[in-house]
Amino acid sequence: MKSFTYQRADSATLAAAATLKPGAKIIAGGTNLLDLMKLQIETPSSLIDINRLPLDKIEDTPDGGLRIGALVRNSDLAADPRVRQRYGVLSRALLAGASAQLRNKATTGGNLLQRTRCYYFYDITKPCNKRSPGSGCAALAGFNRIHAILGTSEHCIATHPSDMAVAMRALDARVETVDREGGTKVIPIAEFHRLPGNAPEIETSLESGEIITAVTLPPPPPGVQVYRKVRDRASYAFALVSVAAIVDCTRGRIRSVRLAFGGLAHKPWRSARAEQRLTDAPANTATFNAAAKAVLEGARGFGGNDFKIALTRRTLHSVLAETTRT
Amino acid sequence: MDEHESDTGLITIDVTRRTVIETGTTALLLTTLPRAALAAGPIDDNEPPAPPVAIELQINGYPYLLTLDPRTTLLDALREHLALTGSKKGCDHGQCGACTVLIEGRRINSCLTLAVMHDGQSITTIEGLALGDNLHPLQEAFIEHDGFQCGYCTSGQICSAIGMLAESRLGMPSYVTDDLTQPAAKLTDVEIRERMSGNICRCAAYPNIVAAIKQAAGMPT
Repeated sequence: MKSFTYQRADSATLAAAATLKPGAKIIAGGTNLLDLMKLQIETPSSLIDINRLPLDKIEDTPDGGLRIGALVRNSDLAADPRVRQRYGVLSRALLAGASAQLRNKATTGGNLLQRTRCYYFYDITKPCNKRSPGSGCAALAGFNRIHAILGTSEHCIATHPSDMAVAMRALDARVETVDREGGTKVIPIAEFHRLPGNAPEIETSLESGEIITAVTLPPPPPGVQVYRKVRDRASYAFALVSVAAIVDCTRGRIRSVRLAFGGLAHKPWRSARAEQRLTDAPANTATFNAAAKAVLEGARGFGGNDFKIALTRRTLHSVLAETTRT
Repeated sequence: MDEHESDTGLITIDVTRRTVIETGTTALLLTTLPRAALAAGPIDDNEPPAPPVAIELQINGYPYLLTLDPRTTLLDALREHLALTGSKKGCDHGQCGACTVLIEGRRINSCLTLAVMHDGQSITTIEGLALGDNLHPLQEAFIEHDGFQCGYCTSGQICSAIGMLAESRLGMPSYVTDDLTQPAAKLTDVEIRERMSGNICRCAAYPNIVAAIKQAAGMPT
């Protein structure tokens, strides 16, 4: 690990200002950042510890939603009675991620900012446009079993590893930030994470001099909430494919639906067209096929991950069958 | 001596020595290591280390003053600076659970956190569980049920199980909990296995680990 100076932040605004210094990084749970620092993939020259800032509350909002502080630990968020009652998809997604020890440390803000687990991003002897812009992408012709099939570019086919963010995408969460002058901003989660394009090293719309303070959830949409994760082990593994679904179905007819996918792209994936196909449609195989086709429009495998196309279709079928069962 | 008790009763340890302390007794190993060797991970930047940071940790009920390179993980602080080697370094990347300790009663991977982040906090390691010769019920149960073979993961398994049983008592759900809206899930074999999935045992003593945990939790085994 490269050496760094360590300081504790006295306020969110000061922490935001401190990130403007070249080489400065915020540390919260540290479960991803320290892992990357040990491998010298991240080499900050200064760490700003925000763990003692009062950003660890979950509050009801006037519109019937929830405001989740950036430092709320994943385990506390998953166990919160309001989340379990009203946002089951989020609780289940959080519990599907990592291990209990990691969830006790990992934070809401940090989870959104965690980096890909692409093998080549982690291997500093291999080219990676995300780690070392312009060096190339070793995954394109390498072992790419875990890689993206949607929204890829010739520069990067990495996936976003979070489960939490997939559920938040289905829930239309908003990310709140503060900048060095105390100015606040609200970023819809759809715009928070980016596709790789020709700059895969830029993963979010968070700017330098800005930090996450909270994530807000609008009131829960009507319907059954499900998070289905398909992975190589029954526990403690990243998703190959995951689906967060909120489906409102009465007497065999789908009234409304939200679907977000993990393991498929550089960001939690949502398909407006698939949701349109399902809305006000009969809950049957033909409808599910049409939805799967819409989700997978433009999907492309890179050899090792070709199976994800069929796996996505089948997982979506299974989730839709479960959530529309009467 | 590089260790001295200050007038506040705190134990102070100089960072430039590898210092060995065991609860109650004190032994000092007077090998001087270069400062850089005390930091976690590879050191190849040829840059001077950052200013050390002074912290106080409450470990197993005793206060310790440490002055550390900020790079020092909590695990390295315990093992290399305080000779509390019960917490093991397996993968050093949060994947195996051998380094599990309890901070303010919650289980975490001590390899994936910096010691300086825990100034003033209370830490329980495997060394802090027994009361004299009286083992903790989980330690007893692991022996009785043969919950290990080589034993390398055991201290992490036991600390993790203590944290897990506390989470369960608080009604925290797991991924396999059927109904998240129920206040508390019953602790079944499936629940125990899911909740303990952050602790790997390469000897695969899992059935006996589950049995030991059930016994310590007062469940039929």
